[in-house]
Amino acid sequence: MFGEFEAFLSILTFVPALGALVIATFRFTARNEDQGLIDRNSRWVAWLATMVTLGMSILLLANFDTKATGFQFVHEVTWLEQIGLGYRMGVDGLSVLFVVLTAFLMPICIMASGAIKNRVADYMIAFLLLETLVIGVFCALDLVLFYIFFEGGLIPMFIIIGVWGGQNRVYAAFKFFLYTLLGSVLMLVAMIVMFLQAGTTDVTVLLETEFARNAQMWMWLAFFASFAVKMPMWPVHTWLPDAHVQAPTAGSVILAGVLLKLGGYGFLRFSLPMFPEASAYFAPMVFVLSIIAIIYTSLVAFRQTDIKKLIAYSSVAHMGFVTMGLFAMNETGVQGALYQMISHGFISGALFLCVGVIYDRMHTREIAFYGGLVHRMPVFAAIFGLFAMANVGLPGTSGFVGEIMTMVGAFQVSWWIATGAAVGVILSAMYMLTVYRDVVFGEMTNPKLENITDLNRMEWLIFIPLVIGTLVLGVFSTLITDVTATAVNHLISNYDAALAASAQ
Amino acid sequence: MAPIIVFGPLLASAFAGLLGNHVGHRTAQIITTATVLLSFVLSVIVFFDVTYGGNAQTIHLATWMSVGAFDVSWAIKLDSLSAVMLVVVTSVSSLVHIYSWGYMEHDPHKARFFSYLSLFTFAMLSLVTADNFLQLFFGWEGVGLASYLLIGFWYKKKSANDAAIKAFVTNRVGDFGFALGIMALFHVFGSVSFDDVFAAVPEHTDAVLAFAGMELNAIELIAFLLFIGAMGKSAQFFLHVWLPDAMEGPTPVSALIHAATMVTAGVFLVCRAFPIFENAEAASAFVTVIGATTALFAATVGMAQNDIKRVVAYSTCSQLGYMFFAAGLGLYGAAMFHLFTHAFFKALLFLGSGAVIHGVHDEQDMRKMGGLYKMMPMTWLMMIIGTVALTGVGFSFGVLGLLPWDLGFAGFFSKDAIIEGAFMAGREGVFFGIPAFWFGVVAALLTSFYSWRLIFMTFHGKFRGPKDVYEHAHDPKFAMAMPLVVLAIGAIFAGGIFKKDFIGENAGHFWHDAVPAASHGPAVAGDHGEAAVYGDDHTEADTHATPADDHGTDAAHAAVDDHAEAGEGDHGGGHHPPTWVLLSPFFATLFGFLLAIWFYLINEGMGARIAARGGPLHSFLYNKWYVDEIYHFVFVRGAKGLGDLFWKIGDMKLIDGLGPNGVAGTTLAAARRLAKGQSGFLYHYAFVMLIGVLGFSVWILVSQGGL
Repeated sequence: MFGEFEAFLSILTFVPALGALVIATFRFTARNEDQGLIDRNSRWVAWLATMVTLGMSILLLANFDTKATGFQFVHEVTWLEQIGLGYRMGVDGLSVLFVVLTAFLMPICIMASGAIKNRVADYMIAFLLLETLVIGVFCALDLVLFYIFFEGGLIPMFIIIGVWGGQNRVYAAFKFFLYTLLGSVLMLVAMIVMFLQAGTTDVTVLLETEFARNAQMWMWLAFFASFAVKMPMWPVHTWLPDAHVQAPTAGSVILAGVLLKLGGYGFLRFSLPMFPEASAYFAPMVFVLSIIAIIYTSLVAFRQTDIKKLIAYSSVAHMGFVTMGLFAMNETGVQGALYQMISHGFISGALFLCVGVIYDRMHTREIAFYGGLVHRMPVFAAIFGLFAMANVGLPGTSGFVGEIMTMVGAFQVSWWIATGAAVGVILSAMYMLTVYRDVVFGEMTNPKLENITDLNRMEWLIFIPLVIGTLVLGVFSTLITDVTATAVNHLISNYDAALAASAQ
Repeated sequence: MAPIIVFGPLLASAFAGLLGNHVGHRTAQIITTATVLLSFVLSVIVFFDVTYGGNAQTIHLATWMSVGAFDVSWAIKLDSLSAVMLVVVTSVSSLVHIYSWGYMEHDPHKARFFSYLSLFTFAMLSLVTADNFLQLFFGWEGVGLASYLLIGFWYKKKSANDAAIKAFVTNRVGDFGFALGIMALFHVFGSVSFDDVFAAVPEHTDAVLAFAGMELNAIELIAFLLFIGAMGKSAQFFLHVWLPDAMEGPTPVSALIHAATMVTAGVFLVCRAFPIFENAEAASAFVTVIGATTALFAATVGMAQNDIKRVVAYSTCSQLGYMFFAAGLGLYGAAMFHLFTHAFFKALLFLGSGAVIHGVHDEQDMRKMGGLYKMMPMTWLMMIIGTVALTGVGFSFGVLGLLPWDLGFAGFFSKDAIIEGAFMAGREGVFFGIPAFWFGVVAALLTSFYSWRLIFMTFHGKFRGPKDVYEHAHDPKFAMAMPLVVLAIGAIFAGGIFKKDFIGENAGHFWHDAVPAASHGPAVAGDHGEAAVYGDDHTEADTHATPADDHGTDAAHAAVDDHAEAGEGDHGGGHHPPTWVLLSPFFATLFGFLLAIWFYLINEGMGARIAARGGPLHSFLYNKWYVDEIYHFVFVRGAKGLGDLFWKIGDMKLIDGLGPNGVAGTTLAAARRLAKGQSGFLYHYAFVMLIGVLGFSVWILVSQGGL
């Protein structure tokens, strides 16, 4: 139905930016005394824009041909054709679900921003721009375009942390910036080299290009520097806990839910298909780093006293399953990694929202401050409990499907990878149940908690879609794997063919 | 019909959990109880249809996962094995639901309690009806969740919360093995469905798997890993530490989950996966060793505990050990039979203990009880029935030719079958058969001792608690009494009635191919042919060419006058245990009983004096062999220490110190000074990025000579 309507994907991508433009127009033209009114209305504009995007992304998914290989909804605008530089957008099975995930989480973020009281219009502008840029990353089919979206998306994120963040926001944003900058510079260099060798920045062409083994190695490492920071992988993960702790709730949701997936998506889009030999060569290193990430950060999470930091470390551990599954490069592994990313978007997003619920009421993230919340907040306790269990990977929730598939995939490669990952499954139960006990169960001993209230109607609305998503995906996983299957198989067969060819 | 059995309790649980506070506790109780009762009735119909009717079937419901060959269904598999479990689970669950009406009468969170009970029932039913390992794992962790929720039901108590976490995490350690086992299964067989895997086992007996730097036999490894899971769930030695602590939960929970159903899931798993274990000699030997060790270990600890529920908990642990060593020796039918009878008498003992606790104002310490039989005679009688069933009171009149049939309570038939079967297996060369036999006999003695100790300390002698508690002690009301009576009937008759089906001459007809009807042991050289007698042995029963490891007789057999001689004659005398073997559990039980009388009736207070004097042996037993202390030191402290090390040294000192803070600390200061704004570096960053893109673009243009 939208096959002929070329610009559909571009419109989807830029609807949020349009919303931002609308807000900005009013924001910067209105008189000072009207700013309050603008702040109020900007929430609605932002919500509307994100809902339209969500609706369009659902249409996108409904019209997505799961059987076809290659890109769909392609939108090309030629620009400097002679050197192969252009505006190219399109989605395939690897990227389409990330578009939907982003579009799904954004309205929730807008709704969860009730606690933001200052410079609301600016805040909404930042979020809407962020959405456009992140969706753009998943749709971009040109290196330059990808780079712009990929790096540009971080700017609103810096601003969100830096302006609406906690007390130590400067340090956190700075750390984030330093790590990212290093990776970005190297990736940029690699992109230049790629262009030099292939003579184009068109991703569809680059996917068919065979790079020399030596060049692959260097380019792989350069891309790896950028993606590993985004994942984040051990040992370049220390920016994440700080960024999360300082970010406002909705910022954390987007950071954990979507921005952490940029690295995994980058591996799928660039490293694995374009540098297969290098990927195979470096896979053992990735496995080691993944296992260290899973066990190390789980143990660190166990010792945290700040609940947001704990969930942030838990995110690093869960991303370890993703990298492990990706580089197993078999169907279960890669599908599991994709699943884990989508599922983690739901679960970690929901966990940060849970923290937001109590943070908005008490303005502290100290685990020791809380205790016995179940007495006053039974609904919150139930919802937090559900997501804690999903985070632990309880079967029946989406968290389990991703974990078991990546581990099954990894076992095909080697027993030790799967064994290491399985240790993480024990540890996740340890830290998650402990924090749940300390926050929710026990006697309510802190008198400041006595008047804490249970979820309000807005919070109900926020959590319901996440609860449904986590459970439905936990039980009917083919809803996702059927969409990704063709693309994943295509990726793997090309990868295997490339390795076989190089072996001769 | 089958979907109603499984999903009814789920819907009821959701109803009670989500709407309980709106519709009222009474409605929630009615809905959940009625639904589970319905499941029970339907289960009984299914049971007869599947076992005696032979209508085993698998109902495919939906696809859970499908990624290439990794294809996992939601299904309901109905065969004799799952049918037995269906009846056990739904019957005990129904009774526990009813019992809880009385027991939880004054609890403000009844709806939540019943919701959890029904949730557990659903998870357990989905476990036993799984047609693949992953759905089994779903139920497996699901019951773990329900167990966690119910142990920590009284969430104000720190001890309850800690016990709940301990249970979940310890089970996770087992599940670590189970999950790896599933991965290994898929790696070797390319499938996780029972039918595919079991059919392919014979072709893969020589498959090897590189694991932990060794080339291991794949089947052995898989069996071993699966059993790790079973050890966790069924609280076997090394992973038993959570079960006694789980007694923090309300007593009906202990009866349902930590006695009759969930903890037997490990036994069920081994029996379900018997084609794997049959081909795994070493892993089966390991099962036997762990089972026999647990049977003995838990019984020794049970002798020194003072909390009435903990005694029963250790008893459960010990009885599960019996089931495991039976399964390890290849006596799957006997293991399932003991699982079946144990469900009745152990649930009875737990619910009886609950009645005692309820009657004496939530007191659990037996040192503060005594003489209660006068105040609660009905409870006393029920506990006596539970005890004689557990200790296996009975006598092999039939086998010895003294009477036409054996007489005994439920445990007599099932436990003696295991002990005697172990002896026979050992004699045929199955590893550890004879040691398992001796462990079983000694554990039977200890079982008898601690069980009667419990009875004597609780119901006899002088009351040692506050006087008014004694005066208010009372038998339970109907809701709690009725389940006790039903379970008591089961504890009396379940053994005698079902013996011929589970392990007797009708076993082939009963089990079909769900478990081997009669076999001795895994992988005994040359024994495979007869070990795997299943499926087409219907004719056997007709001709009475009974697989003859079974010493038992029933009415039909007894009709033959000289049955004992006939049996001997038919099978060359090699298939019946010697008389002393038959009698040894009897005398062990009798001796334990007499010891308990000596210590706790005739010399009342002697046990307490011994305990008070301490002594290394008593301390060792009272402190449960110090396993908890060792674990706490190694694992809990270890994890905390490592976590701190990684966090404070690894992340803070090394990574941050050498990375962002060290290299760029000065840059940060400079940037702050320059920008004077909190987000100065943002522009800095944006600038760098834009310059990069711009430079890239310009450079492309220039280098291509296009402009």
